[in-house]
Parts: sequence; structure tokens; C-alpha cells
Amino acid sequence: MPRLADKYRYWFLVLPALVIMIVFYIWPLLGIWQISLTEPKAGIENYTRMFDSSAVTTSFILTFRIAILTTIGCLILGYIVAYVISNFARRAKPLMIALVLLPFWVSVLIRSFSWIVLLGRSGIVNDSLIGAGLIDSPLRLMHNEFGVVLAMIHVMLPFAVLPLMANMRGISGAYVDAARGLGASEFTAFRKVYFPQTMPGVMSGALLVFVLSLGFYITPALLGGGRVLMISEYITYQIQEFLNWGLGSALSVALLVATAIVILIAARFVNLRSALLERGS
Amino acid sequence: MPDSILTIADATKRYGPVNALDRVNLEVEEGEFLTLLGPSGSGKTTLLSAIAGFAPLSEGRIDLRGRDITGEPPEHRDFGMVFQGYALFPTMTVRDNIAFPLRVRKRPTAEIKKRVEYCLGLVQMEEFADRMPTQMSGGQQQRIALARALSFEPQVLLLDEPLSALDKKLRADLQWELKSLHDKLGVTFIYVTHDQDEALSMSDRVVILKDGRIQQEGVPDTLYNHPRNSFVADFLGKSNFLDLPVSAREDDALTCSIGGTKFPVMAPGATATGDVLKVALRPERIRLGQPGQEMLDGTVRQVSYLGERCLVMVDHEDVGTLIVSQPTWKAGVTPRAGLPVSFGWDADACVVLEPGG
Repeated sequence: MPRLADKYRYWFLVLPALVIMIVFYIWPLLGIWQISLTEPKAGIENYTRMFDSSAVTTSFILTFRIAILTTIGCLILGYIVAYVISNFARRAKPLMIALVLLPFWVSVLIRSFSWIVLLGRSGIVNDSLIGAGLIDSPLRLMHNEFGVVLAMIHVMLPFAVLPLMANMRGISGAYVDAARGLGASEFTAFRKVYFPQTMPGVMSGALLVFVLSLGFYITPALLGGGRVLMISEYITYQIQEFLNWGLGSALSVALLVATAIVILIAARFVNLRSALLERGS
Repeated sequence: MPDSILTIADATKRYGPVNALDRVNLEVEEGEFLTLLGPSGSGKTTLLSAIAGFAPLSEGRIDLRGRDITGEPPEHRDFGMVFQGYALFPTMTVRDNIAFPLRVRKRPTAEIKKRVEYCLGLVQMEEFADRMPTQMSGGQQQRIALARALSFEPQVLLLDEPLSALDKKLRADLQWELKSLHDKLGVTFIYVTHDQDEALSMSDRVVILKDGRIQQEGVPDTLYNHPRNSFVADFLGKSNFLDLPVSAREDDALTCSIGGTKFPVMAPGATATGDVLKVALRPERIRLGQPGQEMLDGTVRQVSYLGERCLVMVDHEDVGTLIVSQPTWKAGVTPRAGLPVSFGWDADACVVLEPGG
């Protein structure tokens, strides 16, 4: 029986997934691009309007600011968690990894509503503070950037912890021992020897969290209460409220391009292949 | 008597119910090349870690020139350390790796530059200064690790199986280099290995450990030719072990017998006084001859040719099988399986072992 050449055989294996991607993802995406150039009439009018609109500019700046704050928050908290899991927790390790992964099994929607329960005007945090006599009137903990960033850090944390852990698992304890044996204090050994080796993990964690945050919708929509309009919510408004498909599509394209630029810039500093694909060891 | 640089007293390290080190006492002399030798699990690496400060002792103390350093963290001990896996910092160039211990000591920049060049020269790696560690072979990395550990002129250099990851020929080359580096610098070396050849070829003194205890310590020649117990005799080289009945005793000169054959055994300083001696007999001390030429008769069972030597297994009706090692270039007989031969040894070839060991 004649055998198909290997490269054709492998194409057959990926064919179902490829067809689904093209029919349900690439094609509609091209449709969005088309709409942005044809609705309400042909031309680049949607794009000129987008660049002229101060509301759009404000939303983009807000989106980047929240994504940056979320990334910083996730990196700081995630680094500590990953460091402890990788270097200190021996027996508690499986439990701690499970706790990191647990949020993945709970819907983002439910997690975001939990934050509303916590941070609302008569939420648990405000009630407790008032009950303890620390404040007289409730603090505004949500429907502002603070609430959005807080909840987003919570949602995104595993995306920072996992690449960092994968990275730290590959760092032998002998390096820190060697540094201390050569006269470096514990802190110097961490700063000069351990930390630089975790940079690939830091960069891939940062990229993952940042890119996901740029297009995030549910958490900012719920915690922002319409006051913190990140770009994906802005797009929803344009399409659902104003039926302005043209501008909505142009904004989608702009978000896609902005994300692509971030990844391209990051690719100059991070080996994306190893950072995103090679999780194990 | 030379001064001790390190004094280890009753060092004990417990991991749960296991004693990785069991009341180890050891004096390390200033400037010597001391090797800790033992099989895996013998406690040699634990002892080195305790000296380096990575594994705090459960009991006992370590003094450096009379100063108690038992509780000091590794960075205050001023020992250089070379690891089995090199542990060169992968984010730094070779030059920065070697400069690292000097920088953390805040030495002036000009001095650092000079020291780094000097150390690169010591290991003949000048042209590799700007490479990253990952761009070098194992042997080259180990040289850099050595230069780094020596750059700050440590009081003691600790080496944890530094050559075990290298291939045989490279290992032999680096053994010579390590030895000459030691002679040149006069720094005290404490070297951990499980390789007996390495231990014998480089060391001024060897300490043999097993189950967390020192079995015997001494210069290589003494350990090889006068092992105290069967573990040392077996671990350092090959040995035949015999139980010899004593038929007469006059000071150090004994007469023993195998079957009906009596022969003299010199046992200077032997403490064993029983009627049966446990002795070790090195394969290369046994002579093979034509039947009748030597004192005992046997049959060749098997021959293994090793190039410069060949190993011959000889069966004897009373002692069982003995291993004989003879140079291939001056064989009294050309052994082959089934050949009847005679064999014998000199009076000083049998080493009397401690009973029970």
C-alpha cells in the first residue's frame, strides 16, 4: 500500500482544527476588517473618526494603564508565590499548586461577582470596617479603577505564576549555594544570581497577563459599573447600544494591532517560543 | 608537626533516624590536599557541606584556625567551592563569574581586573573571558569554576566531585592540573570523590568514609598497602580475602597454612591475636608459575585481558577462587582457562585486617 508522505499525513491530523479555525475565526475576523472599511459607507472614515475621538483615546489610555497596573500587581504577587512554591514548600507544594490553579475551575463571571459582594457599598469589606468603627461612611472600592485592577489581578494571577514556576523549576539550588559559598549574602545571591535567571519567566508572565488584560471584558464591565470603560467594553457599547458596527469594527482592528505591536516589541526581548510553548522543564 | 587549619570534632549530622555523619573527628593540615573518599551514602558530601556551611551539624563543632565557625553562614567562612555541576552563573560572562566573589567583597576595580586576568591565566583560559558559560564544554566550564573559586584567595578550597561529569581522558588531564595548581598555590584543598584512582593519584592524605564514619585515614601508599579492614582493602583497589589458620607465632613473624602448605606471614603491628587471621592479599602480589614452581597448585578458571595487565582467576581446592593480576609483558606462564598452574606470594604480601571489619 503506498504511504502518504509524512508531511501530508500530519496535515490530515490538524485538518479538523484548521477548518474550524478558518471557518469560525479567521473568516469572521476578516469580516470585521471588511465592516470597518465599508460601514456605513466605503472608505477609511471609521479610522479617522476613531483617531479624532477623544473618548476613544481616553479609553485606549485607560486600557493600557489598567493592563500595566494589573501586570505589575500580578508579577509582584506571582513572583512571591512562585518563589515560595519552587524553593521552600516541600510537603505543601501540591496543595499550593492546586490553590494557584483553583481559580481556573471557577468561572470568571462568578469570581467577578464575588468581588462585587466583597467591595460593594454594603459589601463585606465596608460592613466590617464600619462595624469595627474604622470608617463612618462606606469607601468607594468598586466602580472605579481600583476595583477593576484589584479584581483583574486576582483573575490574572495564575497566568503570572505558571510561567514563573516553570522557569524557577529549571534553576538549580546549586547557583545560590555557589554564590553564598563565594561570599555573597543571601540577599545578594538572590539579586545577582537567582533573579536574573528568572527574567525569562518574568517576561513571559508579563506578556501573557498584559496581552490578556488588554482585551479583557467581563471583570472590567462588572467591577467598573460603566464608569471604567476599557476598550472591549467601549466596542460592545458601539455595537450593542449605538448599532455603530463600523466604528466598533475599526476599534477591534485597532485593539488587535495594538496587541500585535506589544507582542512584536516583546519578541525582541523574550524568546516567545520557549516562553509560551515550552512549559515543562 | 604542621598546623591544623580545620579541626572537626565529633561532627554528627542526622537526617531523621539516619546518621549521615556519625561522630567524625578530623584534623585538616594547612596546605594539604585532603581527599574524602567513599561510596555514595558514605557521608563524604555531607561532611563537605558541613565544612562549607550548607548543612548545619546536628552535633559537634568545626574550628577554623582555632575559631569556632560551626554556626557561621557559608558566606562568612571564606572558603572557595567547586561544584560537581560547575554552577557557573549562566547570566554572567566568564569574566563576571570570576569577578563575582571579588565584587561581593567590594575589592577595588583595578584589583579585580588584575585578579581575574591572573586566575584566567592559572587555568589557561584567557581567550574565553568574554564567553557565556553555556558556550563552553564541561571541561572548560570546570576550569572557570576553579578560577572563580580561587579568585578571592580562599583559606580552603572545597571540591565536590568536580571531575565526575567529565570523560575519562579529560579527567586524567585535569587531575594533573589540579595537583600542580595545588602545589603552586599552597592553598588547602579538600576534595570529595568516589573514584579511588582520583583519590590515590592526587592526594597528600585520604580519608575513607562509610556509613558516616571514618574507616581509615592516611597517605595513599599506606591506605593501599596497609588497609585496616576489609572495606578499605576492597574499596581501594581489588583484594583477595583469606582466613588463615596460625600455626606458629614469634613477634611479628607468623606461620600460617593453607591445606598442608605452611608459609610465613609478616604482620608488623597487627593486633589480631586469634587462631585464624583475616588477611587481604592484593591480586598483583600473587605470582603465577609452572606447576610445582610456586608453593600452591591450582587451575586457571578464566582470564580477562586488559592491555597492560591481565586478570586471572585461579581455583584452589582449599581457598576457593583467587584473582591474580599480572603484567602481560612478563608473564611467567601464559594463562588460559583450564591450565594447571602454581602460585605463591611473599611473606609481606598478606595484610592482616582487624577482625570483624
